[in-house]
Amino acid sequence: MAILSKDESQAILKKVLGFSKADECQANLSGRTTGNVRYARNSVSTAGGTDNVSLAVEARFGKRSGIATCNEFDDATLKRCVQRAEEIARLAPEDAEYMPLLGPQQYLTPTAYAASTAAITPDFRAQAAGDSIALCTAKNLTAAGYLEDGAYFQALRNNKGLEAYQQSTNVDFSITVRTPDGTGSGYATADYTDAAKFNAKNLTQLAADKAAGSRNARALEPGKYTVILEPAALASDEGLLNNLMYSLGAREADEGRSFLSKKGGGNKVGEKLFDERITIYSDPLNAEVPSGVFDGEGLPVKRMTWIDKGKVSNLYYSRFWGQKSGKPATAFPGNWIMEGGTQSVQDLIKGTAKGILVTRLWYIRDVDPQTLLYTGLTRDGTFYIENGQIKFPIKNFRFNESPVIMLNNVEAIGRPVRIGGNLVPPLKIRDFTFTSLSDAV
Amino acid sequence: MKRRDFVGLTGLAASALWLPAIPGFAGDIVDPLRLLEPGLDVAMKKRLADVALNTAKSAGASYADVRIGRYLNQGVFTREKQVQNIVSSESFGAGVRVIANGTWGFAATNTVTDAGIAKATLLAVQIAKANSKVQKEQVQLAPQKGFGEVSWKAPIKVNAFEVPIKDKVDLLLAANAAAMDNGASFVNSVLFQVNEQKYFASTDGSYIDQDIHRIFPTFGVTVVDRASGKFRSRSALSAPMGLGYEYLQPKAADKIAGPQGSDVIGYKNSYDMLEDAARAAKQAKQKLTAKSVTAGKYDLVLDPHHLGLTIHESVGHPTELDRVLGYEANFAGTSFATLEWRAKNQPYGSKQVNIVADKLQPGSLGAVGWDDEGVKTKEWNLIEQGKLVDYQKIRDQAHIVGQKESDGCCYSQSWQDVQFQRMPNVSLKPSTSKMSVDEMVSKVDKGIYIAGNGSFSIDQQRYNSQFGGQVFYAIDKGKITEMLEDVAYQTNTLEFWNSCAGSCDQSDYRLAGFFNDGKGQPSQSSAVSHGSATTRFNNVNVINVARKI
Repeated sequence: MAILSKDESQAILKKVLGFSKADECQANLSGRTTGNVRYARNSVSTAGGTDNVSLAVEARFGKRSGIATCNEFDDATLKRCVQRAEEIARLAPEDAEYMPLLGPQQYLTPTAYAASTAAITPDFRAQAAGDSIALCTAKNLTAAGYLEDGAYFQALRNNKGLEAYQQSTNVDFSITVRTPDGTGSGYATADYTDAAKFNAKNLTQLAADKAAGSRNARALEPGKYTVILEPAALASDEGLLNNLMYSLGAREADEGRSFLSKKGGGNKVGEKLFDERITIYSDPLNAEVPSGVFDGEGLPVKRMTWIDKGKVSNLYYSRFWGQKSGKPATAFPGNWIMEGGTQSVQDLIKGTAKGILVTRLWYIRDVDPQTLLYTGLTRDGTFYIENGQIKFPIKNFRFNESPVIMLNNVEAIGRPVRIGGNLVPPLKIRDFTFTSLSDAV
Repeated sequence: MKRRDFVGLTGLAASALWLPAIPGFAGDIVDPLRLLEPGLDVAMKKRLADVALNTAKSAGASYADVRIGRYLNQGVFTREKQVQNIVSSESFGAGVRVIANGTWGFAATNTVTDAGIAKATLLAVQIAKANSKVQKEQVQLAPQKGFGEVSWKAPIKVNAFEVPIKDKVDLLLAANAAAMDNGASFVNSVLFQVNEQKYFASTDGSYIDQDIHRIFPTFGVTVVDRASGKFRSRSALSAPMGLGYEYLQPKAADKIAGPQGSDVIGYKNSYDMLEDAARAAKQAKQKLTAKSVTAGKYDLVLDPHHLGLTIHESVGHPTELDRVLGYEANFAGTSFATLEWRAKNQPYGSKQVNIVADKLQPGSLGAVGWDDEGVKTKEWNLIEQGKLVDYQKIRDQAHIVGQKESDGCCYSQSWQDVQFQRMPNVSLKPSTSKMSVDEMVSKVDKGIYIAGNGSFSIDQQRYNSQFGGQVFYAIDKGKITEMLEDVAYQTNTLEFWNSCAGSCDQSDYRLAGFFNDGKGQPSQSSAVSHGSATTRFNNVNVINVARKI
């Protein structure tokens, strides 16, 4: 039931619109089939899944809007859901930022669905967990991991002629391997559209190597260091680059409350804020990180460059703010891609006289939105590099750093890999600010 | 709350159709009046619960519990002079947990009928039996007596859902106006309300009906100085509470002044949103020109709204037994306070540090009669005179630390998620001798008074943390002298609690709280309160967080 086809979902949505007496009506049908397995202490702890389809109906009278939802689709339930949305709309206050519903749109053909992922079974998950646990048990290490996969669909339709449908799949895996004495810890994570690319053993091996190699860490003095930040350190756990990409809102910038606000008014679009080697764009059709081709309102997601050779080239405009500012609205993208080179993390290490390799950054929180300053800590594999080689594991550090400063201190950019649905290269950064030591392993 | 979720919330007006995807608004979006309709009556819930228990036993389960839950949420969102969104939601269903072959199994359904519940129960047993093949240690449950048919209701005076939406909108818009009148450039305000109607039954012979309420009014005020390009914000000093709408009917007796010269007012069991919004705007404006702190060592005087977050991160989380044992290693992390560490009997804090866990404090977010596995709630000590004496544990963990009973802190965010160990209220006991905030400040030679919680970050074993705040005041030779900015303190948990020089007395004690504490994979949210009185910590490392970009 959970993954309806385009025809099946549009048939339901047509019926919904047929029941509507509102000035404007838009309906969204979405569904998911997901499964997960979680393990810790070398044993499976929980396993579960969801299978759900939900309809949300928005009815509008003038500038008043109401939403109701349901998850059964017989005529009587659909009719009641539409009526409820209309009742709520009549009671709602007028929306001062009202925008009419979108009319028909042209969308790219989505490519974010893989049948292999939709076909994942509980046995597949158990096998992955079992492989991961077996590898660690054999090495006298302790595994804690989580695998979640899902197939999803979204369908939209409104009485202004808009019609949209897309499917997607995703597999997300993370593994932390610890030594039994608690002195070493390693981490690996990966995500895919196509489950055929997923290999629990290889990822567990990576984490196991880091765990074994991070035993007996030495303490270095906090201070400014050249660092090699692996892609997972930049973009997992809501990393520094994710936070930068979340902070590109035009409205906040124009309102004067963003690092992109200009002294005296306006925003910094067109200004060079980063090293000229930094280019970040979104592309829903990228083969490695395909994403949705429309957003929640039905706006088409297209290829869009955000930072071009160090210059801020575009910001996110909501439909309301776009109209107010005379700019086209921007769909919120489903991915971002940072351009890079061809060097692997190993290559970057080879080219480093003195520096620190960071596997993962953790508990990243904003400190000052004015400068986009964040704090957080290294975790699960931090190593000292000398003369192109990893010399010894080091104790974890707390950092206080802004991605704006970080992307001005670029020494080298490696080959991008997929992390969290985005393409992220490893970065070699000079003068990265570590402010204190942590005893955490 | 994850940042991604927060970004989702701030974009509510733009993407309202996708609300069901936002945590807290799971279930159906409904007419607000629906939130006042009664759920299933208790006799029906008992009958359905017995279907689950009997089906489980027949299928070979050695233990079963069932939770039939109706979860009601409402959020009212505004900015400046406009309403951005009003959302009411209802989620109803049943979750069945069983032990078969010594292994847990869980399944949930929103088809709350005999057939639906029986089907979910059989699935739970099937999952348990399948997982038992890879299970290494059999589940050992601490014994628990049945309580028969019992009930518990949060001691609220006014059900927030009975208050007309117009009154809530008027309150938020009045708070926004108070902020704008006092110099705010922007203000967002929100009122969240939750009602959990939970029915629990187990093969131990308990049938427990509970009615739990939570409320959380909050706002963020920003002042922009276009000429300098600077902006500063100040958030509400409210706390999410286990109270009804009476929390928003301010009483003079619930207002607690900060030290003289600080212009800080804290709130106990009721909250004056208009007054706080006006003060927030004035303080955000002051922050624009406040002196940037000189980094160094200071004695810190921390107000309860601020300290609650520090307690949460540096005592609440490290004493969760599942973290201590490694069950959260891949996500939330582990803990420095391992069983081996505790056996060394090293001090967690100074002798002034007495920290108690509870699920009882009236008006707190943790207060319930029984937890989500039918254990009667209680209060117990975690830290006595600086020594770690216990952890937070549930029924299948008690035996690991040689104990015979659960602490009653098992919780699930909904009927469709499996219950697991969650943080109870964790609170620092106030001083038993008389001590006012003014007297405390008068004894500080070089210090900083911090009110309100701000930026926070701590490592995965809970050693190294960094905390900001909402407002900061310099203390010089026993007096508050001026406002400071760019303040954060970095500390090690053990050094920090060992530097505790004492708290103010009960008259200053109040609750801070967190509405969405995340843990587990898939992540679940829980709400928790932390009580304390204003407390002094000596010689703490303060950094200056101002940067140039």
